[in-house]
Amino acid sequence: MQRYSGFGLLKHSLSHHENWQRAWRNPKPKKHYDVIIIGGGGHGLATAYYLAKEHNITNVAVIEKGYLGGGNTARNTTIVRSNYLWDEAAHLYEHAMNLWEGLSQDLNYNVMFSQRGVLNLGHTLQDMRDIQRRVNANRLNGIDGEVLDTQQVQEIVPLMDCSANTRYPVLGASWQPRAGVARHDAVAWGYARGADSYGVDLIQQTEVVDLIIEDGAITGVKTDRHGIISAGRVGSVVAGNSGVMAKKAGFELPLESHPLQALVSEPIKPVLDTVVMSNHVHGYVSQSDKGDLVIGAGIDGYNGYGQRGSYGTIEHTVQAIIELFPMFSRVRMNRQWGGIVDTCPDACPIISETPVENLFFNCGWGTGGFKATPGSGHVFAATLAKGKAHPLAKPFSMYRFHDGALIDEHGAAGVAH
Amino acid sequence: MLSIYCPHCGEHREEEEFHPKGQAHIVRPLDPESCSDKEWGQYLYFRKNTRGLHHELWVHAAGCRKFFNITRDTVSYEIREVYLIGEQPSVTSDRAQS
Ligand SMILES: Cc1cc2nc3c(=O)[nH]c(=O)nc-3n(C[C@H](O)[C@H](O)[C@H](O)COP(=O)(O)OP(=O)(O)OC[C@H]3O[C@@H](n4cnc5c(N)ncnc54)[C@H](O)[C@@H]3O)c2cc1C
Ligand SMILES: [Zn+2]
Repeated sequence: MQRYSGFGLLKHSLSHHENWQRAWRNPKPKKHYDVIIIGGGGHGLATAYYLAKEHNITNVAVIEKGYLGGGNTARNTTIVRSNYLWDEAAHLYEHAMNLWEGLSQDLNYNVMFSQRGVLNLGHTLQDMRDIQRRVNANRLNGIDGEVLDTQQVQEIVPLMDCSANTRYPVLGASWQPRAGVARHDAVAWGYARGADSYGVDLIQQTEVVDLIIEDGAITGVKTDRHGIISAGRVGSVVAGNSGVMAKKAGFELPLESHPLQALVSEPIKPVLDTVVMSNHVHGYVSQSDKGDLVIGAGIDGYNGYGQRGSYGTIEHTVQAIIELFPMFSRVRMNRQWGGIVDTCPDACPIISETPVENLFFNCGWGTGGFKATPGSGHVFAATLAKGKAHPLAKPFSMYRFHDGALIDEHGAAGVAH
Repeated sequence: MLSIYCPHCGEHREEEEFHPKGQAHIVRPLDPESCSDKEWGQYLYFRKNTRGLHHELWVHAAGCRKFFNITRDTVSYEIREVYLIGEQPSVTSDRAQS
């Protein structure tokens, strides 16, 4: 793999940047792999990378029906934080946070991880009590967090209307300084390049149309372009399409797929150097390095695979954002889009063995899985390598919906992000 | 935005007046006490999550507040039929369309 550096940039400028090596190969698939990963989003690519790097399993293919990172990985609003309430979730997301902090160096790829802090606003007495409880729980788990009052919030975001004259006055917030944003595409590309350098085959424009299951165990996948490819183990990481994949394997999942929308404005001068989220009025906003305001909406209530949602949903979000930031009322919106998110009844993911032997699922990240990308890939790689759940993944088995050990993160995941 | 026909009000109204309530025709076990954990968990949480024709429950929340069923395509979002609780859907496969 060609290493990227400032010196390299200088050197290649002499040849007008025309001789850079391709970031990854575009190989023909082999007949057999030790592990096949279905879905080349951030989570699938991270899984392949850690399988090779940490477990020495390099006879691996990632099969993606479109292009790498073109699903929710390309569609999200890139918020990264780890301030979840319950121990199980907090440990998983904090594991991801620790990996984020060294990710650009590890991948030799700038994922533009920017720890600019995240505010979760409280607008009611109950919001503030919940925030206090969550921040206390976070601190006991060694995760940074502070409870701020209105004045302190105003100091961090002078632009925001923190007066008492609003319909839902800002009473305070939780503040995680280590949280922030990262460049979504770079995360997919960095992991793809890293995995490829260990010999992982990235097979794009190839859809898995069926699963080959014999005597209750998976032996391979059927694809639309390359026929049947056999595998020792298979990991499904297809986000919104997980229900479709489970059906091919003959079981149901406790998931529903919904459209989730986001929108960005025209680029404007820097005005917002942190991330502001509000569960109560339901909206969140940050400003990208390019200058556009990145705004996330809520999910549409109905099931949908259309990668678009209802207008009423973004209208509500924009109302909330303008209530908080009256100054944004004149900003023009540039683009709006939707992704299909697979939501779980307890707002936590599923990283799990399944009724089919050697078939594992990583899904249910719903509206908030971008932040978990490195951690999810890391624990799922271990799960696939060992054939049983990594200790951090164990509480997230799909069978928790049989035995009742749900991990209710609706509070910490209350706003769709 | 969807325009939804409420069979109780006998009118098309805007989507915002309605709430989707998920998969229809889920039968509550007659004797919950005798269910295994697995049976009860399946009933509570596991769903078809169909890509394509989906039979689902809706409520006219800001209208008559009554429930009814819709058969809808979850990719095109096209509403194929509306029918009352207790009735069975007549559109059950994509072929029925032509
Ligand atoms: C609008 C929006 C905003 C969001 N904001 C945030 C946020 O601020 N912070 C946060 O943490 N999370 C956020 N999320 C959630 C986050 O995007 C997802 O949880 C995360 O990106 C999931 O990653 P993934 O790799 O599992 O899925 P994806 O990136 O969707 O990858 C799945 C891949 O599987 C492929 N696939 C599907 N079926 C098949 C098949 N049969 N064969 C082959 N390939 C297949 C798809 O093409 C896709 O590329 C947001 C999501 C949306 C839609
Ligand atoms: Zn009605």
